[in-house]
Amino acid sequence: MSGAATPMTTAREAGLVACTRCTRVWPMGTKRCGRCGKTLVSRDTHSLSRVWAWWAAGLLCYFPANLYPMLRTQVLFQVSEDTIVGGAIELAKQGAPFVAIIILIASVAIPIGKFAAIAWLATSVRRGSRTPPQSRHRLYEIVEYIGRWSMIDVFVVAILTALVQLNLAASIKPGPAALAFALSVIFTMLSAQAFDPRLIWDRAADDSASDERA
Amino acid sequence: MHSTDIARVDPAHLIACPQCDAIYRARMPEQGERAVCARCHTVLIAPRKRAGMIIIMLSATSLILVLGAVWFPFLKISRQGFVNEATLLDAALSFTGGPLLLLSIAVTALIVLVPMARAILTIYVLGPLVFDRPAPPGALRLFALAEALRPWSMAEIFALGCAVALVKVADLAHLSFGPAFWMFAALVFLTVIHDRWMCRWSVWESLEHGYGARRAKAPA
Repeated sequence: MSGAATPMTTAREAGLVACTRCTRVWPMGTKRCGRCGKTLVSRDTHSLSRVWAWWAAGLLCYFPANLYPMLRTQVLFQVSEDTIVGGAIELAKQGAPFVAIIILIASVAIPIGKFAAIAWLATSVRRGSRTPPQSRHRLYEIVEYIGRWSMIDVFVVAILTALVQLNLAASIKPGPAALAFALSVIFTMLSAQAFDPRLIWDRAADDSASDERA
Repeated sequence: MHSTDIARVDPAHLIACPQCDAIYRARMPEQGERAVCARCHTVLIAPRKRAGMIIIMLSATSLILVLGAVWFPFLKISRQGFVNEATLLDAALSFTGGPLLLLSIAVTALIVLVPMARAILTIYVLGPLVFDRPAPPGALRLFALAEALRPWSMAEIFALGCAVALVKVADLAHLSFGPAFWMFAALVFLTVIHDRWMCRWSVWESLEHGYGARRAKAPA
């Protein structure tokens, strides 16, 4: 263990345990943070099983969210039902391609990207990865930051439902996909929150240490 | 810093990066500077002058705006003589009947209750600190709660949703913004500024020391 290879000391290496909520440091073995009351664990070993549980629940909700209609629009006597992708295509046809792209990014690209990213991060922590921890940690931050924004489609449905109630002229009702989609977003947010990012750095430190020995 | 060096330091003077577990000796950075984790670049300490006062004023303004936005209409729609106005509460409670009711509860929480709760908690916890008074009862727990609620406060996402909804029904009917829409738009900026000014480490530190001093004085 010479200076250059391990420039950083972690709380665990120093025989300490850190509170991830208020950043206070305690001697290893302390059960509960004396400052903010959070239960202390040096590394959350159950983290990955919770990540996968929420991940699976989120994915399970994502299918009905795309298969069932999100909106039911009635204009005069015509009733049309739109799924997420169908609604975006409709918007693009009506000459609003930018909004269509926003919706496709928020409701299709981001959720699918998030499922892939969380799955990859969780596997890389267990199996090791050649991708530097800096990049993986950056990816984790992006996933955590961007996850909430998928909720926008649910809010649009809520706004439209409240607003477009013009008797026969036009009315909009929510479809079952709205609930499924909201649940999917909430579950993936919980999945990302359950992930302990310290695991990314541990594994990387172990890998580089064994490279040095070899 | 070497692990043997840092092990000798009193843990109360250390700060651990919540993202990657690297530890440092905690030191207040110079005015206008921020302490950033050298390994993962997470911002650890970012104090600003009079931040407490500014955060309290921002929270109070947010609270007023949310309350106002609940009662005033935020969008108005008209088509072929039919007119309808929707308030925030209408939008939040628009999912009725069966399982969609759950969605109504969730939406109300995300855009009204959670932002309000965060503003109230912030004022309650930081208010006494700004005026050099001891931390109020339960301050540490309540600040922890405010922090836990942070990702679930989605007022700014709702504001963008308004814009999308506007384009979506543009060909269906004529839409116009009500006063609540502008309140929400202002709220988006307030949320961003609020996060810029909030230095969590400074809050935890002052809560801990205020709290500790008070407890020491109280009879055992």
